[in-house]
Parts: sequence; structure tokens; C-alpha cells
Amino acid sequence: MTRTETVASSIATQTAPLLEVRDLKVTFNSPDGAADAICGIDLSVGAGEVLGIVGESGSGKSVTMMALMQLLPASAQITGSARFRGQELVGATSSTMRQLRGARIGMIFQDPLTAFNPVLTVGAQIVEALRLHEKDLSKKAAWERAVELLAEVSIPQPDRRATQYPHEFSGGMRQRAMIAMAIANRPDLLIADEPTTALDVTVQAQIMDLLNRLREERNIGLILITHDLGVVAGAADRIAVMYSGRIVEQGSVDEVFYNPRHPYTRGLLAALPKIDGEAGPLVAIEGTPPSLRNRPAGCAFRPRCSVSVERCSTIVPALLSLNGVETACHRSEELQRISA
Amino acid sequence: MLRFVLRRLIATPLLLLGVATVAFFLSQMTKGDPLSAIVPERQMNNPEIVAAAKEKWGLDKSLIERYGLYIGNLVQGDLGVSFTTRRAVSADLGERLPATLELVMAAMLIATVVGITLGVLSARYRDRSVDYISRVFALLGSSLPVFWSGLLLLFLFSVQLGWVPGPGRLDARSVAPPSITGFYTVDSLLNGNIPLFFESLHHLLLPSIVLAWSVIGVITRLVRSSLLEVMGQDYVRTARAKGAGEGRVMLNHALRNALIPTLTIIGFSFAYLITGAVLTEAVFSWPGVGSYAVSSARSLDLPGIIGVTLVGSLAFLVANLLTDIAYAFANPRVKLQ
Repeated sequence: MTRTETVASSIATQTAPLLEVRDLKVTFNSPDGAADAICGIDLSVGAGEVLGIVGESGSGKSVTMMALMQLLPASAQITGSARFRGQELVGATSSTMRQLRGARIGMIFQDPLTAFNPVLTVGAQIVEALRLHEKDLSKKAAWERAVELLAEVSIPQPDRRATQYPHEFSGGMRQRAMIAMAIANRPDLLIADEPTTALDVTVQAQIMDLLNRLREERNIGLILITHDLGVVAGAADRIAVMYSGRIVEQGSVDEVFYNPRHPYTRGLLAALPKIDGEAGPLVAIEGTPPSLRNRPAGCAFRPRCSVSVERCSTIVPALLSLNGVETACHRSEELQRISA
Repeated sequence: MLRFVLRRLIATPLLLLGVATVAFFLSQMTKGDPLSAIVPERQMNNPEIVAAAKEKWGLDKSLIERYGLYIGNLVQGDLGVSFTTRRAVSADLGERLPATLELVMAAMLIATVVGITLGVLSARYRDRSVDYISRVFALLGSSLPVFWSGLLLLFLFSVQLGWVPGPGRLDARSVAPPSITGFYTVDSLLNGNIPLFFESLHHLLLPSIVLAWSVIGVITRLVRSSLLEVMGQDYVRTARAKGAGEGRVMLNHALRNALIPTLTIIGFSFAYLITGAVLTEAVFSWPGVGSYAVSSARSLDLPGIIGVTLVGSLAFLVANLLTDIAYAFANPRVKLQ
């Protein structure tokens, strides 16, 4: 493949993807001026596929997903295209979105304690999710389904648990219940926003196993948003690395992990403590991400980049495909040669 | 829960005893001479009459003796005899408390329904005209003195428009229903006297609206601000992500949580109005505890003053207890113990 090949053609797959995002932009308008949170990204997820989106806080991972679901405040201006099973989401009416949310697209959030309503029982909240999309489902039948769902995500004593309030659940159990609620209406796509961040390491692994099992059993497409590279490495098929509102590297997990081109991805991977390496000081990427209102011209990563050249400060690098991995770096070709 | 309620109920008499003690000594420290309320002015120079009056009302005894006597009687449910009405204070209050309770309950019902509705509308249509109108309405109620707004509304709706009757609990010629609860609306219904029920309800309407208006503002403001705060919570986003519409998100998810702090202010307003309905009762000639408090205070009727104080304290204690219980029901994270 050559560098001139465009992103769109390289992603074209045999079957139409479940979700296809093209040039999505999100701008927050405020009295202090406009802030470009997302500066045009392309993504796609197929059925049964796991796409990991990684990046630091503020890189735009969550904003992207909230924008797709139209869950951002009114001050957010969204442009571009996002097709879910061929249906355009950007600019869709609120009633269209309501029918998709929770039915065809399920969402799982970071902190299951705050994500559940504290004054309603867990069962009641799952029942609500069911009955919102299946109007003629009786309360009794919905309750039985809720209990079945809790059993499906391996919650012991599901009939008793359904009558309890969120604060009576442990963190891991709450996240299981959250997943049960998200899959209640058999969605095609599941968006998990930092699903394991608030959990203990052992519980993290259980939750990831559960998500993986559900994906296999139900052929669900999964978007896994996280800042934890370990989680993506174990679970994702493909990975997209975000930095300051752009995707800087995207490809299969193996390619990106074993052969990263972008200096930012390299920095992230270098910062991972190694279990077999010698004990030493933790490696970090110098500096902090730029503010959204004050992005440097050219490549947003340039001020922190150790290999930047002159054109990095003037021209925003395009996301171009190189041996199956898309990288947005002016020097990706050279860097690949050096590492190869 | 039961243990919590029992413990609070056991503590209540002790607290009332404390209140009675403070009220007793405070009232004894007043500058005025309670004898002036008992003995007619031209008899004041007659030492025999003064001495007799002192003996009859126990004013010749020492402070400690009088305190012991008062508390001893109080424990037996005897609040003493009013200097002015010459009747047992407990009998006076027994007649007047239901009148006040009926008025305050009606007012709180209106204030709760209107206050929460306005709060929800204000939050839903934040910074739009509905929000401004409801906030101005609420602010007016909080800031207009009741004697002014009450008189104005009485003049407008009773004198000018004739939509509501004049002051009092019933029309001048009507006879009160046989007392069962002391609430005229309830008693007339229990007696099957439907016309009297509507008459008493009609009389209750304007004073309870005036009284309600004075506390609607607090409720509206709290519901509005709690709702706006709650609407930013994660679980509201979850509800939206489930596909719930805005109305459902607000009423089923946000409002339930926003009402938890509101419960406290409703309980507090209720207790406050029991003794705070003075002005409304005065404007509408409502024979309640408030007007009794005014007349007792003006004539230095010490037993009357302490009696009203105790009723007010009891109202606060009961309202607090009920608020705590309601709180536990509304908020499953709270366990009463």
C-alpha cells in the first residue's frame, strides 16, 4: 500500500460495518469562544468486532461517543457523518435517537455507582430499559426478564438482587448489572466508556471476560473506550489512539502494539511498566496535552514530540495508511524504517 | 426504623420539659407585672385585693416554688389557667390548635403542589419566560408581608369580586359542626353536612392560599436548584442512554432525587407555619394558636405564653420526626437507627 491511499478506501471491508464514522467534528460554543473538541475523525466497527479507543483524559474519546449518541449539551455543534447500519445519526431527530439508544446501541459507563439512579431498585431500572422499547411488555414479564438478565451476567441470587438498590451492590456487581441493563434489548452495538476504570484489577478481568463472552454469544460490536492499554491489548481487535481530538494511529492491536509508528503511541507504550524489565523509574511523556482552545498550529503533539521537524509546526499530518496501520505523523515512514 | 421512632418519642417529653423550663424562666424575667392582667387598674391600690389575687394565682410564692408547681402540673397535662380568658390554657389551645392545623395543612398542601410544580417548570424551561414568571411569583410570595398581601387579596376576591366569603371559619350565622377532630371540613363531612363542608372549605380557601404563597418561594427555589443539579448527574445520562425521553428523565429520575432535600424544607415550613400563621390568622379572624399567642403576649398572660411556646416546640419536634421518617422512605441509602 502507498501513503497516498486514503483512509476511506483502506477501511472499506467486505461487509458494510455496523457503525461508520466519517469526518466527525464536535465544537463546543461558549461565551469564551469555540473549542474544537473533535477535529474530524473516521472510525468503523463491524458486528462482533471490538474497537479499542485509547487516549489521555481530554483527548476526546468520550466526547466522540456522546456526540454519536447525541448526549452532549446543546452547546455542542456536531458535523460530519456517523452511519449506524446505514442510518445517519448526525442530525437525527430526538425521537429517532430515543429509539436507538438503549435498544440498538447500549452504553456502559465508567462509575456504576453514580451511573445507577440511587433511589430506584436495580430491577426497576432494568425493567424501565426493557419497557421503554417494548411498550406492550407487562411489568411482571419485564421483571422476569430483568432477573434473567442479571443471571446472564452471572449475578448470584438474581431475583433477590433485583429488589436491591445500587448502593447495596459491590462495584463489580454494579458493573455487571449495568451491562445487563445495556444488553437488555439485545443491541447490535455496545459502547463501553471506561467500563473497568473504577474497579479492582481482579474484577476488571472478570468484567472484560463477561463483555467478551457477550460479544461472542450475541455478535455485538463493541467500542471500548479506555486509557488502560492493558485492557485494550487483551480485548480489542483493532485500536484507535486519540490525541487532542484526532486519531493519530489506528490499526490491528498486534500491529499497533508491536510496531507503533506514531511517536505518541510509542510514548504511551514506553510508559507501560514492564513485568520482565529491570526495576527503574517510570517513564512518562514530557509535558501535557494542549488545551482545546489553544492548540498549536500543525501537529498537536509537536510540543511534546522528541522527533519533530519543521513542517510539524505548520502542517497537520493526515491519517495515512502504511502497511495496514493508519498513522498521522509526517515522519511515520522514517520512524517505521528505524524501528524495523 | 421502629426503634428510631420509639427513641425519638421517648426523647420528646424530655425536650418539651427543657423548653417549658426555658420558657418559664424567660417569661418570669419580663419587665411587666402580670398582676395588671388580673387586677383591674383602679383596684391596684387596694392591698387586700392585690394580696388575694397574688395568692389565687400563686404570684406570692417564690420563683422556685412556682416553677416546681408549674412543672408538677404540666406533667399531669395541666398548663395552668389563662390570666385573660380565665379558662384552662389546655382547653383554649385544644380549641384553637385544630383551627390552626386545618389552615396550615391546607396551606402546606397547596404550597407543596404549587411549589414543586413551579420548581419543575422553572428547571425544565430554565432561563425562559416560564422560569422568570414562576420565580417572580415565588419571590413576591416570600417578600410581601402577609398582612399586606392578605388584606389585598381579601379586598379583591371577597369585597370586590365576591368569589370568596369574608373572614372567619364559617359564615356569621352558621353553627360549627359537633367537634370530633376540630377540623370543620372533616367534622362537617363526618356529620354528613355537605353544605357546611363546602362552606368551611370556601372559608379555608383564601387564607390557606395566602399562607401557602409565603412558603411557595422557598420550595420552588429549592426544587429548581436541586433539579438542575441532579440533571447533571451520571444517572440522568444513563437514563437518556436507555432511550428515556426528557419528560421521563426529569420526572422519574431527576425529580425523585431532587425531592429528597425538598422534604426537609417542607417539614420545616410546616412547623414554622404552626406558630408563624399569626398574621394570616389576624387578617382572616382565624381563631387559631397564632391569634392566641398575640393576645397572651399583649396581656402578659404567662400560662398562655408558655402554653403556645410548648405547642410550637411540639410542632417542630413532630414535624422533624415525620420529616426524618419520610426522608428514610424517599432515600433508600438512609437507614434510621
